[in-house]
Amino acid sequence: MTTTSDAPKAGFRPSQLIYDTRYRSLTIQVIAFIALMLGLSWLVSNTVANLSALGKDFDFGFLGQRAGYDINQRLIEYDSASSHGRAALVGILNTLLVAALGCVLATIVGVLAGVLRLSKNWLIAKLMAVYVEGFRNIPVLLWILLIFALMTEATPQPRDFREGGGASMIFGDTVAITNRGVFVPAPAWGNGSLILLIVLVLSLVAVWGWRRYAHKTQEETGRILPIGWGTLGLLVVPLTIAFLALSMTSGRVTQPIYVAGGIEGASLAEFGAAQQGINACAVPNSTESLNLRRALRAEGLRFNVVPVTTAEEAIAAAEAGRCNILSLPASTDAATVPAGAVALSDTIQRGSPVQFESPVLGGFNFEGGLQLRNSLIALWLALSLYTGAFIAENVRGGILSVSKGQTEAAFALGIKPSRTMRLVILPQALRVIIPPMISQYLNLTKNSSLAIAVGYMDARSTLGGITINQTGKELEGMLLLGLFYLVTSLVISSAMNLYNSRVKLKER
Amino acid sequence: MKKSVIFGALTATGLLAGAAQAATLDDVKERGELNCGVVTGLAGFGAPDANGVWEGFDVAVCRAVAAAVLGDPTAVNFVPTTGQTRFTALASGEIDVLARNTTWTFSRDTDLKFDFIGVNYYDGQGFIVPTALGVSSAKDLDGATVCIQTGTTTELNLADFFRNNNISYEPVPVETNAEAQQQYLAGACDAYTTDASGLAATRATFENPGDHVILPEIISKEPLGPLVRHGDNEWGDIVRWTLNALIAAEEFGVTSANVSELAAAPGTNPEVNRLLGTEGELGAMIGLENDWAKNAIAAGGNYGEIFEKNIGENTPIGLARGLNAQWTNGGLIYAPPFR
Repeated sequence: MTTTSDAPKAGFRPSQLIYDTRYRSLTIQVIAFIALMLGLSWLVSNTVANLSALGKDFDFGFLGQRAGYDINQRLIEYDSASSHGRAALVGILNTLLVAALGCVLATIVGVLAGVLRLSKNWLIAKLMAVYVEGFRNIPVLLWILLIFALMTEATPQPRDFREGGGASMIFGDTVAITNRGVFVPAPAWGNGSLILLIVLVLSLVAVWGWRRYAHKTQEETGRILPIGWGTLGLLVVPLTIAFLALSMTSGRVTQPIYVAGGIEGASLAEFGAAQQGINACAVPNSTESLNLRRALRAEGLRFNVVPVTTAEEAIAAAEAGRCNILSLPASTDAATVPAGAVALSDTIQRGSPVQFESPVLGGFNFEGGLQLRNSLIALWLALSLYTGAFIAENVRGGILSVSKGQTEAAFALGIKPSRTMRLVILPQALRVIIPPMISQYLNLTKNSSLAIAVGYMDARSTLGGITINQTGKELEGMLLLGLFYLVTSLVISSAMNLYNSRVKLKER
Repeated sequence: MKKSVIFGALTATGLLAGAAQAATLDDVKERGELNCGVVTGLAGFGAPDANGVWEGFDVAVCRAVAAAVLGDPTAVNFVPTTGQTRFTALASGEIDVLARNTTWTFSRDTDLKFDFIGVNYYDGQGFIVPTALGVSSAKDLDGATVCIQTGTTTELNLADFFRNNNISYEPVPVETNAEAQQQYLAGACDAYTTDASGLAATRATFENPGDHVILPEIISKEPLGPLVRHGDNEWGDIVRWTLNALIAAEEFGVTSANVSELAAAPGTNPEVNRLLGTEGELGAMIGLENDWAKNAIAAGGNYGEIFEKNIGENTPIGLARGLNAQWTNGGLIYAPPFR
């Protein structure tokens, strides 16, 4: 007598792979996997076959070859004799720069617009609605081109800044807005800038301690200490005192200017008049270099700067004849002063720990200062405003997700509206806002590859553009470019996920 | 999900497989039209006219090849390419021939796996600056901002020129000639550099051409010519000898006006007879009809006619023949014998 519950003792039959639900899903997955692998291997072998039919090899050696082209915006040393690999690195840093700037500005714009769109003020709320709908419903490429066109067509040329040209610099002749970019003062670091940095770090530590203390006091006694003023005071006062003290003492020290092929004790103007060309050895971004150049410009002399890294290198360069003018501290041992060099009657000041170098009109263009190129500005603004519109909607959604009762409860406890937003609403809203925000940061980073439209030299323009074009390594270049964007995106999203897990609801 | 991945992969592979080597001549005949890569728009060399019909010096090469192969100079599909996209378009098989003021260089001919089939314009790289700048030599351009089409040999020449002369510059990369023109006219760059012929063509479209001067320095050799993919020699031969036919036609006085008359019956000059197919079987040797050269010449005239009509001294571009005169007139333009 048999019972129905007896399982057939017979072993495994192949037909079970299809008809037995225990095995069927596994079978389908294995078949799909094999098909996928076959498809992939066919894709790869087809690519290899086609490459060999075209007579092309697969090789990353081109990264070590001489690039031969120049890049205008470089965050690291690069010239046309550098390798394609270094050109790619310059491009990658430019991509990261615009992505980082864009993410910061997009967040600020987005949070502001998102909060203001919920404002009770009809005009402000509608204005923000127009901003959001306007920017997110028009392709970002159009915004990039529009802002770039505005920057190049509506702003004056550098030569319009000459006398009678009709254009003038703003903020006390320190900032020039031209159709080649915005020139702003650049910092030059002088003697004692390290001390200034140490003071800044100590101030930051003090600020951290103060905030902790204020928080603890509030928890224990309910007394609210002035966190904002305290922070401001701790940051500003020590830095100002240190800066003034250093400027008054070592900054006022003068140091002689040494020249090769001049007369001892002659003035700078006399030396300049006697020379064919002036080449100054100077450490870039140092106050000594800045003050030397200012002295030369004050005499109306044209000169080239030979960049060196240290005073010793400057002396060696002068002895090798690469430059004929340099300035050394008065304490320099007379024996190390370049052979044949004599001191002029004019001297320069050593300079404050930090000085700002304003752009001045040179031959064709503004010289000195920092040039924010139009391509960077257009790309940065367009990406930020475009992505900001999406972030604004995320923020608005997050705030709306917090029950109105929370606000009412806060008001009932007598908490001010600004504090209610900062301490009650936003912390809860962040849980909703952060996850979609990650996607927006990723979008912004990837959209930065539209840089080529305005000639911004990002990774797509250098590695994925000129390098591919000059070497013919399309497949390799595109693979590397894809890998770069993949890695960048993964890093951004994992960093944001870390932050997300910090702000998300903690259940105890 | 998995399915869509597989179908995606299949599609991608299908596209790749389409690019595989085949006899380009058969493809073109089967398709019934020639895919010709041209510039995105450069007056005189390749630009659509008011009716959208492409015309120009480089475009004429495309039309001649189409006429020789298909018997119809209008059977051309023009594919506009930028300095960056042109080589990928040719290597992938998107276009059959690239006729887009492209410089013949060693690495492009060998490493990039293309075949330059000849030179239709001997050029050199120059600079254009506004007269108001008061610059008389390219060596005065120290510190200048220079607009440059990215992905071109001119970009490399520019870097070399400034490096050799130990002067500095700021490159402003642009994609197309039109963009460069806009940037240059807005004053976003002090100078624009490209092939001297391109500068002349660009200047001709300015509102006040007299306010701009092309500097005397020619900083490079730029032999411009059409090119095809390496490996399909039969197709390369057809394009090469079509260009040679246009050049030889000028030498022998065959023009678009008299070509039908000369091709009707054998004349006194045996080389003209062989060229026009009234004698010998030259057409069959390259897999075409015997009237291939007659069609090519009838399409837009001989080399000299094409030059005069598009970029010659009577056009706004106003280029002199110079190096591009026939060898009989002291130039470099020279066709091997048709024999």
